[in-house]
Amino acid sequence: MEQFFTWLYQEQGINLTIGYDSYDRGLFLAGIWMTVKLSVLSVLFSLVIGALGAWIQGSPSALMRGLVGAFIAFFRNTPPLVQLYFFYFAVGTVLRHTGENGLPQPLVSGFGWAVISLSLFAGSLNVEIFRSGIEAVPRATVEAASALGFNRLQTYLHVVLPLALRISLPSLGTNLVNLVKTTSLAYAIAVPEVLYVSAQIWSDQLNVREMMNVVLLTYIVLVAVLVWGLHRWEKSMRIPGFGT
Amino acid sequence: MTWTPDKPIISIKDVRKSFGAVEVLKGVSLDVMKGEVICIIGPSGSGKSTLIRCINALNDIQSGSITVEGQEVHDPKLDKLELRKKVGMVFQQYNLFPHKTALQNVMMAPVKVLRQPKAEVEARARALLRKVRLEGKENSYPGELSGGQQQRVAIARSLAMNPDVMLFDEVTAALDPETVKEVLVTIRDLAAEGMTCVLVTHEMGFAREIADHVYFTDRGVIVEHAPPREFFEHPKDPRTRAFLSQVL
Ligand SMILES: Nc1ncnc2c1ncn2[C@@H]1O[C@H](COP(=O)(O)OP(=O)(O)OP(=O)(O)O)[C@@H](O)[C@H]1O
Ligand SMILES: [Mg+2]
Repeated sequence: MEQFFTWLYQEQGINLTIGYDSYDRGLFLAGIWMTVKLSVLSVLFSLVIGALGAWIQGSPSALMRGLVGAFIAFFRNTPPLVQLYFFYFAVGTVLRHTGENGLPQPLVSGFGWAVISLSLFAGSLNVEIFRSGIEAVPRATVEAASALGFNRLQTYLHVVLPLALRISLPSLGTNLVNLVKTTSLAYAIAVPEVLYVSAQIWSDQLNVREMMNVVLLTYIVLVAVLVWGLHRWEKSMRIPGFGT
Repeated sequence: MTWTPDKPIISIKDVRKSFGAVEVLKGVSLDVMKGEVICIIGPSGSGKSTLIRCINALNDIQSGSITVEGQEVHDPKLDKLELRKKVGMVFQQYNLFPHKTALQNVMMAPVKVLRQPKAEVEARARALLRKVRLEGKENSYPGELSGGQQQRVAIARSLAMNPDVMLFDEVTAALDPETVKEVLVTIRDLAAEGMTCVLVTHEMGFAREIADHVYFTDRGVIVEHAPPREFFEHPKDPRTRAFLSQVL
């Protein structure tokens, strides 16, 4: 393996240090792991935020609906990079506690802010996606649940959300794929994810061209895994005799 | 005030209901005794569905009173769950949960709402599906069942809550003629067991056979009501006669 990459470098001039240099490889693998963690956590939290927001949007309280509306407008109409900076530099510098050495320490790490910021960003879009799914659930089905004694929350959890999810899955998938790609923004606040560690490697090794290809390939594989997972999910949720 | 079975189980007094500016129920009164089967018939748009939807608070009312077992249905402090445990409802369009099997549809409310133990509910649900003659269809999804079969699952689903009263809103209107019968048989069995039933129906023959009392509604009022024999053989009001001559 290592001999192959050494040969590739010496004979072909393609310098993939992650193939033969164990330090670079460790760094790069840690970067992939970081991207995976960012993606998985943000996807999960954004789904929870989406489901919760869509639930509140159906609430009788105009105040609550207004708050969710403002939340969506804020996150949908501002660039995600600016949001990330806002959390990390503006909110992050306020949320501090005094560390053991007597110096102020951030309460939330860069990684934490990246997860929060990305989850809220994708979550705000998920609210709208879920909501259009919810609107497609027949009123009569909801009524049948009320007639059986389900309260609003029980109806939402057991009837509306499972049906809305199935209706929303295609647009949800697109948004989640975008979310995985957007994790690369965490680069900007020095979270050592794939892009960040690759930049470290190429500035040491001067192999920008090689690493750029590796980074793109990595995202293609990550997105492919997500798409495959979404397909499995869709399949497992398919209802015999329903829809198609 | 505690309710005793010698008083009406459902008592509707001078109920008025409007949708916006349109008054749909213009002072409707009727009483149902425990174990009675009453049928409501009348032209389309006369307010039949609205009336029975008011009984389990799916619609609110503007004035008047509806009590079920002595409890005011439109009391803002009413515990809706208490009401809905007592009153089961079956709709024209079945409205099963499409993502759940027949068995799961029947089990869902007792398990999720009443939090009864799953094993116990499952045994009861299987028995109910047997009762509506759907043995072997437990694991079918609604999309895999015929209209008549879905409607019988819907009836079993309502019965799983052990209601004291069942409301049926034109439950055979969306069915093929061949499957209407199987649903009517199910309802007849229920009535024979002493279940209190309020049926809105277009099946005049069935109403005549099963009802203890028939109500005729037109444009938001009850025009006439009588025991079925009298109602069908000697209708008094010209509107009833006109309607019956059209449908019989
Ligand atoms: N949610 C609603 N909003 C506004 N108007 C309504 C609503 N539901 C019913 N109506 C109106 O109330 C009137 C009575 O309707 P209802 O459904 O009770 O009639 P029905 O006797 O059940 O008729 P059908 O035999 O066609 O089912 C109709 O004119 C209808 O248009
Ligand atoms: Mg109707």
